[in-house]
Amino acid sequence: MLRVCLRGVKATAQKSSGRIRLTNVHQCREYTTGESSGASRVVTAGLLTVTGGIGGTIIYSKWDHKFRAAVERNVPYSEWLLGLALGPASQDAGLPTRKQMEFIQPPSMMEKQMKTSKAKSEKKLKETTEHGVQDSDPASSQPAQNIQEASAEATQIISAISEVQSVPAPCDTEPTAAAETATVLQDTESAATAEPLRERPAEEVAARLAQQNQDEKDVIASLSARLDDSLASSAKATLQAIGAQEAALQAITHHTHKLKEAMEAEGPSEEKSTQWKDLEAALASRTTSVNDAKTALVKANEVLDSLKSVIDKSKGLKISAARPLILAAEENLHKMVVDLDKVVSKVQSAESEAKIVAQYSELVQEARQQFQREVSSLTPEIQANWKGLTGKLSTDDLNALIAHAHRRIDQLNRELAEQRVREQIRMEAALEQQRAEDQKALDKAIGTASQHVKEEARLEQERKLVELREVIEAEMRTQLRRQAAAHTDHVRDVLKVQEQELRAEAEQVLSSKLLEQETRYRQLTQEQLDDFTLDMNAAYARLKGVEEAIDSHVEAEEAARKAHQLWLSVEALTYALKTASAESPSMPLEDAAEAMRASCVDNDFALALASALPEESLKRGVYSEASLRARFNSLRSLARRVALIDESHNTLYQYFLSYVQAALLFEKQQEVPPTQLHSEDLDTFKLLSYASYCLEHGDLELAAKLVNQLRGEARRVVEDWLTEARLTLETRQVISLLSAYANAVGLGTTQAP
Amino acid sequence: MSEKEIGKKLDRCLADGVVKLGTGLGLGIVFSVLFFKRRTWPITLFSGAGLGMAYANCQHDLRSHYLLHTSEQQKQ
Repeated sequence: MLRVCLRGVKATAQKSSGRIRLTNVHQCREYTTGESSGASRVVTAGLLTVTGGIGGTIIYSKWDHKFRAAVERNVPYSEWLLGLALGPASQDAGLPTRKQMEFIQPPSMMEKQMKTSKAKSEKKLKETTEHGVQDSDPASSQPAQNIQEASAEATQIISAISEVQSVPAPCDTEPTAAAETATVLQDTESAATAEPLRERPAEEVAARLAQQNQDEKDVIASLSARLDDSLASSAKATLQAIGAQEAALQAITHHTHKLKEAMEAEGPSEEKSTQWKDLEAALASRTTSVNDAKTALVKANEVLDSLKSVIDKSKGLKISAARPLILAAEENLHKMVVDLDKVVSKVQSAESEAKIVAQYSELVQEARQQFQREVSSLTPEIQANWKGLTGKLSTDDLNALIAHAHRRIDQLNRELAEQRVREQIRMEAALEQQRAEDQKALDKAIGTASQHVKEEARLEQERKLVELREVIEAEMRTQLRRQAAAHTDHVRDVLKVQEQELRAEAEQVLSSKLLEQETRYRQLTQEQLDDFTLDMNAAYARLKGVEEAIDSHVEAEEAARKAHQLWLSVEALTYALKTASAESPSMPLEDAAEAMRASCVDNDFALALASALPEESLKRGVYSEASLRARFNSLRSLARRVALIDESHNTLYQYFLSYVQAALLFEKQQEVPPTQLHSEDLDTFKLLSYASYCLEHGDLELAAKLVNQLRGEARRVVEDWLTEARLTLETRQVISLLSAYANAVGLGTTQAP
Repeated sequence: MSEKEIGKKLDRCLADGVVKLGTGLGLGIVFSVLFFKRRTWPITLFSGAGLGMAYANCQHDLRSHYLLHTSEQQKQ
């Protein structure tokens, strides 16, 4: 860093100094450095840029490690430079961003999982807390733990599927000991210890769930047992109470009835006494029964209270499965209470009636006693029971009785009037009292009714709640089932996809490996095949070569043989040529030619040549050169003699002249023919001498050529000779060609021994 | 043998000449004896005629090769 700055400073100093120098220089020498100042300026600017770039890179790479890594990767020797400037690069460059990314992803998933697991654990914990007191602690803690673990498993599975780093889920907690009393939220929030998640196998999960279910069932069973017990006991007690109350009622009614009877019945005193005894018995029984009823009621109330408490406790446990039981128990309780109350009210009404009747009876008793007293005061000897007194009484008694009765009636009328007068007041008072009592009773009744109604409403509400809860429970269950189904579907799909992917991958790998192996195998086989083919080809080629060599050998031998034959035949032909004597031509070359042709049936050249042999030579043979020479010598004189004769000069006189010319003209016997014939050489005599010369020197061809130049009669004279010479020449040429060819072939095919 | 031809021709000429001369001579003699009172001029005449005819024949014979006949001309 420092060095960079120093460098920059130096550069700026240089530049400034350069500028100063430039100006100095410029001042000193004005005629120079227009370009050099520009160059130095460019150089300094470049230096500055470079140093600035390097410094900036170093500074930025100190701040951003990724940039540093990129620079170190791409620019060679930058590592060294950056190491010098900044020190070695720290190793945490690559990881944090990735970790951040990964940490970003899981919380969203974990939230969802937390919510679902929360709901789950909420439900489960409710169930666990609805348990009885006994096994609530371990059971709730265990189911809670199971639940938590199950939720943890769920989160694990979900996390494993979504390929998120297995960050410990925040809701995977250990339950506290106070699970039952604490609320669900508190539970999930209080337990914040993170357990390391590990994937539990499905069987364990199922086992745990089964265990949970089992626990629940046990709890419910115990609860229901308890409820049943308490219900039964309360039912018994209530029935008992009701029975007692009924009995009391019965007793009361009986008693009142008896009382009424006793009052109204004016029978003999024994009956009355029996009635009164019965009444007393009835009263006694009524009191006992009432007491019994009271005690039974008290007991029933106790039991009902206990049932209520049990119900409350069960409600406190909050297990939804037991709710209907609880509700049923509550309903039963309510019914029992209602019944009890009804019966109690009945009893009370009966009691009040009895009281009225008793009052009435008392009043009647009082009145009767009064009357009795009056009657007895009036007529002391008359018995109380005046109904059976007909016949026993005298008229005075009767009149006294009637007068008493009248007096009594008057009194009663007066009392009645008085009563009528006070009736109103008393009526009002009584009404007031009655109203008050009615009010009280009404209030009480209202109270009880309202209580009942409240209770019923509450029960209804509870029922509805229970129903709703059930419905919700069912719905939740279906939703959960759906979710589970969806989850399984999703899992199945993902697994399928994964399986497909893996399969495809594996197949690809397998196929690639197979392909590799196959190609290698094919290559090897191909190589082998190629080698084998090569060897085979080589061997075949060699065989072919050998065969060809042999064939060519055979052919060559054949050719050699043929060549030899040809040569021999050509030799025979040549020899046949030589058979020409001085005067007669050679033997006809037919046979020899035939032989030669036979010896070269497949040789076109030789055949062509053989066919080129003139017919005459074949039929008649050819003359030898010597004979031709001799003949020419004789011809020469003749040609000389007719030298002047041609188309235009052919009279006899010309003949004579040419004869004279021939006699007088002397030329060289033999003259060397020039290489080129000029027009003056076309003279007969000269030509003849040239031809003689050629003939003497064996050059028949040139002689023939020269002789061919003769014109006129001389030409006619030498025509035959020329033909013969031509024939001979042709034959000789052909034969020489054939011989040469045969020689060549023979040479070609002849092998050195 | 084309070279022998001229010899043959000449032979023929000679023979023909001799014959014609002889015949002419003879005829001349005859005629001269017979008709022309043994003058010599028919003998020379006839012999000359004979010789001439022989000469002409010889010439014609020697020239015959070079002469184109009308039939050949017509053919040509």
